[in-house]
Amino acid sequence: MDTTVVNTGAEEKTWGGGNKPLNASYGKMMMWFFIVSDALTFSGFLAAYGFSRFKFIDYWPIADEVFTHVPFVHGNYPMIYVAFMTFILIMSSVTMVLAVDAGHHMNKAKVTLYMFLTIIGGLIFVGSQAWEWATFIKGDFGAVETRGGNILQFVDAEGKRVALSDFVVAGEHERVEHESKNGLWFVDEGTLPTYTMQEVITGFESHPDLAIRTQTINEQGHKTVLSREESIKQLKANGIGIVEGANLRHNEYGTPLFADFFFFITGFHGFHVFSGVVINIIIFFNVILGTYERRGSYEMVEKVGLYWHFVDLVWVFVFTFFYLV
Amino acid sequence: MAHAHKLEILRGLIKFKSNTQKIWGVLILLSIITAVEVVLGIYKPESLMAHVLGMKALNWIFIILTIVKAYYITWDFMHMRDEKASLRRMVVWTAIFLIAYLLFILLQEGDYIESVYSSGFVKKDF
Repeated sequence: MDTTVVNTGAEEKTWGGGNKPLNASYGKMMMWFFIVSDALTFSGFLAAYGFSRFKFIDYWPIADEVFTHVPFVHGNYPMIYVAFMTFILIMSSVTMVLAVDAGHHMNKAKVTLYMFLTIIGGLIFVGSQAWEWATFIKGDFGAVETRGGNILQFVDAEGKRVALSDFVVAGEHERVEHESKNGLWFVDEGTLPTYTMQEVITGFESHPDLAIRTQTINEQGHKTVLSREESIKQLKANGIGIVEGANLRHNEYGTPLFADFFFFITGFHGFHVFSGVVINIIIFFNVILGTYERRGSYEMVEKVGLYWHFVDLVWVFVFTFFYLV
Repeated sequence: MAHAHKLEILRGLIKFKSNTQKIWGVLILLSIITAVEVVLGIYKPESLMAHVLGMKALNWIFIILTIVKAYYITWDFMHMRDEKASLRRMVVWTAIFLIAYLLFILLQEGDYIESVYSSGFVKKDF
């Protein structure tokens, strides 16, 4: 015996339930509502990025100079890999919409194939993002951080970036061991940078063609390169430490805020892609098991499709505002 | 289930025979736009560096192309084109209004703080 009321018996009346004023099912409409609220979360992140960038408009890192790597290839290829990632995501959006279309024609085999391709595309994207993160965290050239939190990078006579390892000779480093008897027992030893400040200064002085590049963006839209005397003065007076790579507090590419927003925005988006892949896999198995065939409608594929396209939509904006503008 | 799809984009300039064809057509359009963005992003033509309405012309182009891409993803991939106008307006205008408001407030504030820094009351070059 039924214990719940399924029908009110008044469906034909306007307020009796069971009609769809917007011609969309409950589930689809709720997916749209979720998408609107999630879009606001992402725009909150991107607007905060814009806020910080406007705040440091003349000192912000130039994305072209940060994201220059392509896996398995050496050299300087700005934007190429991110463009590839964008294309992969758009492509998986296409296979998703093809799956939805096949669902409308109740074509189980095609839905299965296209869902599978969508999942593969999502996995390639998440993998690429993991690689981007790893490259970003590992760092490129290394830099010197100043007392005020500014970053000093090294360039040669032509203005090309020079890595710390190219001119600094690492000496023997004695690590002062931290023991619980002479300090706070819950504080760990920090990691030692490869070089000391003194070694960097010595290396810099013995290479007369080197100069320092500050974070200040000049009229031509490039970072300012200091004269040789200025460089040595800056390095000696203000340099307090070596930065290699990036984390939430230090960032060899420029202001730490840049790294923070990179991790938060692409991380939050990557998390969405990851959950999208998981949801897609669940739906994929439901398709194989014939759940929607029995239900007589592939609307579930359509709903998860909406989410997947939304993830793609967000990436289009992240790509523009983080990498291009 | 019978689903009626509107099979044209660019205000009827390009018409498609089936929904599948339209999907591929939209993909080609999106790929072209992305390629243009990437090429402009790499070469940064000098002629587009002039400031228009307080921002580089190049950045305006990027933003407009992004909105065009967003339009086609929402309208054709998410089938907004086939939804009722009331649902479409509910989703799109709510989001646009709130996002524009948020952007205005935060960017205005960021700009103000920058002016405090650059007018020399706060030293940060050390």
